[in-house]
Amino acid sequence: MLVRLFTTSLGKKFLMAITGAGLFLFVIGHLLGNLQIFLGPEAINRYGHFLQTTPEILWPARIGLLVFVGIHIWSSISLTLENRAARGTPYDVKEVVDATLASRTMIWSGLIIFAFVCFHLAHYTLLIVHPEFRDLHDANGWHDIYRMMVLGFSNGWVSGFYILSIGLLCFHLSHGASAMFQSLGLQNAVYETLIDRLATVAAVVIFLGYISIPLAVLAGAVK
Amino acid sequence: MKLDAKIPAGPLAQKWDKHKASIKLVNPSNKRKYEVIVVGTGLAGASAASSMAELGYVVKSFCIQDSPRRAHSVAAQGGINAAKNYQNDGDSVYRLFYDTIKGGDFRSREANVHRLAEVSVNIIDQCVAQGVPFAREYSGYLANRSFGGAQVSRTFYARGQTGQQLLLGAYQALMRQVGLGQVTLVPRTEMLELVVVNGHAKGIVVRDMVTGRISSHSADAVVLASGGYGNAYYLSTYGRGSNATAIWRAYKKGALFANPCFTQIHPTCIPVTGDYQSKLTLMSESLRNDGRVWVPKKKGDKRSPSEIPEDERDYYLERKYPSYGNLAPRDISSRAAKQVCDEGRGVGESGLGVYLDFSDAIQRLGRAKIEERYGNLFDMYHEITHENAYKSPMRIFPAIHYTMGGLWVDYNLMSNLPGLYVLGEANFSDHGANRLGASALMQGLADGYFVLPYTIGDYLASQKPGSRPKPDAAEFKQAEQETSERIQKLLAIRGKKTITEFHKQLGRILWEHCGMTRSEKSLKEALAQIPPLREEFWKNVNVPGEGEELNQSLERAGRVADYLELAELIVYDALMRDESCGCHFREEHKTEDGECQRNDEQYAYVAAWEFTGVGKTPTLNKEPLVYEEVHLAQRSYK
Amino acid sequence: MNVTLRVWRQRNAEAPGRFETYEAKDINPNMSFLEMLDVVNEDLTRRGQGPIAFDHDCREGICGMCSCVINGEPHGPEYKVATCQTYMRSFHDGETITVEPFRSRAFPLIKDLVVNRSAFDRIIQAGGFVSVSTGSAPDGNAIPVPKQNADLAMDAAACIGCGACVAACKNASAMLFVAAKVSHLNLLPQGRPEKEKRVLAMVEQMDEEGFGACTVTGSCEAVCPKGIGLSFIAKMNRDYFGALLKMGRGRPATVET
Ligand SMILES: Cc1cc2nc3c(=O)[nH]c(=O)nc-3n(C[C@H](O)[C@H](O)[C@H](O)COP(=O)(O)OP(=O)(O)OC[C@H]3O[C@@H](n4cnc5c(N)ncnc54)[C@H](O)[C@@H]3O)c2cc1C
Ligand code: HEM
Ligand code: HEM
Ligand code: SF4
Ligand code: F3S
Ligand code: FES
Repeated sequence: MLVRLFTTSLGKKFLMAITGAGLFLFVIGHLLGNLQIFLGPEAINRYGHFLQTTPEILWPARIGLLVFVGIHIWSSISLTLENRAARGTPYDVKEVVDATLASRTMIWSGLIIFAFVCFHLAHYTLLIVHPEFRDLHDANGWHDIYRMMVLGFSNGWVSGFYILSIGLLCFHLSHGASAMFQSLGLQNAVYETLIDRLATVAAVVIFLGYISIPLAVLAGAVK
Repeated sequence: MKLDAKIPAGPLAQKWDKHKASIKLVNPSNKRKYEVIVVGTGLAGASAASSMAELGYVVKSFCIQDSPRRAHSVAAQGGINAAKNYQNDGDSVYRLFYDTIKGGDFRSREANVHRLAEVSVNIIDQCVAQGVPFAREYSGYLANRSFGGAQVSRTFYARGQTGQQLLLGAYQALMRQVGLGQVTLVPRTEMLELVVVNGHAKGIVVRDMVTGRISSHSADAVVLASGGYGNAYYLSTYGRGSNATAIWRAYKKGALFANPCFTQIHPTCIPVTGDYQSKLTLMSESLRNDGRVWVPKKKGDKRSPSEIPEDERDYYLERKYPSYGNLAPRDISSRAAKQVCDEGRGVGESGLGVYLDFSDAIQRLGRAKIEERYGNLFDMYHEITHENAYKSPMRIFPAIHYTMGGLWVDYNLMSNLPGLYVLGEANFSDHGANRLGASALMQGLADGYFVLPYTIGDYLASQKPGSRPKPDAAEFKQAEQETSERIQKLLAIRGKKTITEFHKQLGRILWEHCGMTRSEKSLKEALAQIPPLREEFWKNVNVPGEGEELNQSLERAGRVADYLELAELIVYDALMRDESCGCHFREEHKTEDGECQRNDEQYAYVAAWEFTGVGKTPTLNKEPLVYEEVHLAQRSYK
Repeated sequence: MNVTLRVWRQRNAEAPGRFETYEAKDINPNMSFLEMLDVVNEDLTRRGQGPIAFDHDCREGICGMCSCVINGEPHGPEYKVATCQTYMRSFHDGETITVEPFRSRAFPLIKDLVVNRSAFDRIIQAGGFVSVSTGSAPDGNAIPVPKQNADLAMDAAACIGCGACVAACKNASAMLFVAAKVSHLNLLPQGRPEKEKRVLAMVEQMDEEGFGACTVTGSCEAVCPKGIGLSFIAKMNRDYFGALLKMGRGRPATVET
């Protein structure tokens, strides 16, 4: 049974949807975590400190994420290759009937997101980009994530890249968040349009939520 | 030739059961030693092939389309009859039997028709079990509608796509057997010769329509279910691929052709709009349930229908046939339409059309109901004519639609050539001189599911297992030779006229001289025109391309060549039958109010024609029609 | 009206193909697209050139034989109709119309606009049926079928097996076709006993034939002449995972592979 999940097209779609859904939830959770920046240094640093000092939550989450991203990427790439092969001779007139841009470019939006995540990890988790961030500590002696973000985003280029990538992520989700219901068979003629709308709304909300942070920093609202 | 219909003795209602109990059987372990060829995958062919495979016979199934599911049965819209009496409106096997005999104007075989009515009930059960999504009531039970020529509601339907759904049922059963390796499927392949070995049909020669390869296939028995030959008339409601080739080659190999002139003309088709037109589209007869047929009372009244007040309209069917009204049988409705058009009261630019009006029904039941019942037909009408039939009435006119005639078969569906079985529209069948709506699907499936699987055993049991010839036997090589030569001959002509030009010309001759009405004069005229056209064809037709490739021109050329011979036979038969019956209306023989005047003393027989050579007068064999149960009456739908 | 045609011509599967340009002069707008091709072919024949090979039979949108990609759209510009029901009034005078065959690895080209769609038959052979042999059926009314189910099953069963969904899909996926057949039978009580077996086997065969997977782009639904809906794909996915779960729960494996 499990074998079929990895061998048949529907199986791979299932994996992609499940992992996609997982990543989707992470993105939301992570957004909520990050928004604490508006509650001031105290709150967000406590959150960060909490995470860092409770490995029994952190590590399962990290490993889970890693596995999900891995499966998601693997299935998407293997399916994309199969799909390319399936057409054979291309059409001369390439007319797109009723298919959104997002739906046709999932693999690209996805891959760029991946690149972003790598940079992002280097930036804020592994602190490769700014090793000096490691020495930022606040009054409680906790790692000063607040200052780290402010410093990080005060660089216009970095903020720009974030905003762009997050835009792509949400573009990805605008299709993905409804497609996953279809792929999991949780869709029917009645909810079809409703789910599509909700997906778009979710994507926009997530976008605004995330970019509010770099924007706030650049605007000097958060300093 | 002495024709033995092999009708079992005993009371009509018990013939079939008695017969089943008495015919020879093939023992189960021997079945797999017999190979049967089935030409055609329509309702008749697919149901026969799958049912025989289920019994254990080794089956080879041929069709000209790329998939069996595309056989022309798929186009049937209206429905299928069965004497289920689910409506409790007094239907019964006997009533269906009688309606069919009467509808056929007493020119069909009593015993066959009764058997058809008997098994009709099993057909519905079988199809439901296969997953055919018949229309249902809110109760979840099967729904029915009424059709022409009947006063009970016994027609089962699946929206306007009954034929498609029934065919998919049979096709799926066939695919199951292909998957099990019991049936070998040979699509895009055209049968071009029947091979007869020591008087028995033992195989066929075919052309692979993709590669052009000619090959032979031998078997213990050959089943032809290749459909009707109405395309001889060029414009018809048939699929463009429907053809007479399979049965025509069998005829030329000695099989008898019965009642060729019985060609049905359907009253409700979309009128011709231009000579570029390649086919005519049927508007299902079921529309006559709720539509009212009328023309203006005044000659040449060119006002738009909405401007013509009620009292200036002539609802001629309701006027002439009060008790059946708009549901009068096809032959009668068609002729009535022709009559009013001949009087100059036809509608539309051409003046060749009558109105089919739904305004009353829409008022009575509301547009939603009508949409639910006929939505797809109204859409189809709109696509073709660009007119909205919810607002203004449809324009309809009769068109060639079905052929009651076909190869002669006995009660076992075996032709006079032993080992050759003929099913569905291809045989001369159970419909006499006129087929009632929703009865062809019934007959095709009856033949394939519930008759042939029993009766073929009777023949096979008499054949030693493994006694079938090899496909490289002399008879096959000979037939292959003839086939290739014929193809080369067609390709070598490279004349001036296209195939279509010949086909259209032939069609016009048949339609004008041997169509809705016929007369000695018109028929003799046709007999004078056809042979020269045939000769010109063989001198001056232009068939492009080669034989060893997909060559659709070559395919059509072969079929038109056959029509040019068949047409002559149709006319011979019409000329010989000096009476009016059902679809066959001879001007010389009508009652004072213009109905068919049968002549039972002289013509109560099946005319089974025997090939004597192209252009030579065929020999007529008669199978007298003996009626034990019904007494022949003047057909009345008043 | 006059139109210019750019038609894909290819002698056979091996031969190289290319576009040929033909002028179709004084065409009647009420001609069907295929009747227009007939006229062009008559003309080609007279001029001693090979006519264009294209599949067609019923010419009323029910057999599923016709299969052209017209200006990049399978079955042409009109909504919910097949190529044979496309009329010249849908094009404008002087237009250049490009006509291509259905393109898919699983539909090998035979000639010009004619392709081989036997892959669909093989998918049906894998499980697109109810295993009921002739004669073994109970009375047609023995099992009532809720009208909604019967109607929904009919919606799915309306599929004409034309393959336009594959031709339109950016992944050349056959999901809509397979979903239609799976749903048609799985929705009816008569089809339930083989529900799992059916969906597993048909999906397996679909993959084997080399069709792509579905990324929910929706082009198939848009070109389907019978308006088969995406929700049937969702239903098939549901049935598929349901079947996997049942197998997982140690139910006797319901498919022979
Ligand atoms: C538009 C239309 C609507 C109709 N509506 C109804 C209706 O509502 N109710 C009703 O009862 N009847 C209806 N009929 C009549 C009915 O559909 C047909 O009579 C019946 O389906 C014929 O079935 P068949 O199996 O005998 O032949 P077909 O279904 O025509 O099948 C013929 C088969 O033979 C094959 N074939 C033909 N020639 C060759 C060859 N040379 N070599 C190899 N294979 C060959 C074809 O590929 C095809 O598979 C309708 C007919 C039409 C045209
Ligand atoms: C945080 C990161 C990501 C999230 C939240 C996410 C989310 C989703 C979701 C919900 C889907 C819908 C699944 C479905 O179609 O059933 C999806 C599909 C997809 N994702 Fe991602 N994804 C992410 C990252 C990636 C990455 C890194 C790739 C890179 C390869 C990628 C490639 C794809 C592709 C190709 C699809 C296929 C669309 C489809 O089949 O419908 N995604 N993603
Ligand atoms: C404005 C936008 C964002 C901000 C301010 C932000 C901030 C952060 C910070 C501060 C961390 C480090 C937490 C820690 O180490 O304690 C982090 C980790 C992470 N972020 Fe983001 N992030 C943003 C957007 C995103 C997006 C869009 C994604 C995914 C697509 C993402 C994925 C991750 C991941 C995977 C980690 C690693 C979590 C871990 O295992 O430690 N982030 N982010
Ligand atoms: S689903 Fe629609 S497009 Fe696909 S084969 Fe069926 S009818 Fe054709
Ligand atoms: S177009 Fe293709 S991607 Fe899916 S929704 Fe239809 S199969
Ligand atoms: S020709 Fe039959 S569907 Fe188009």
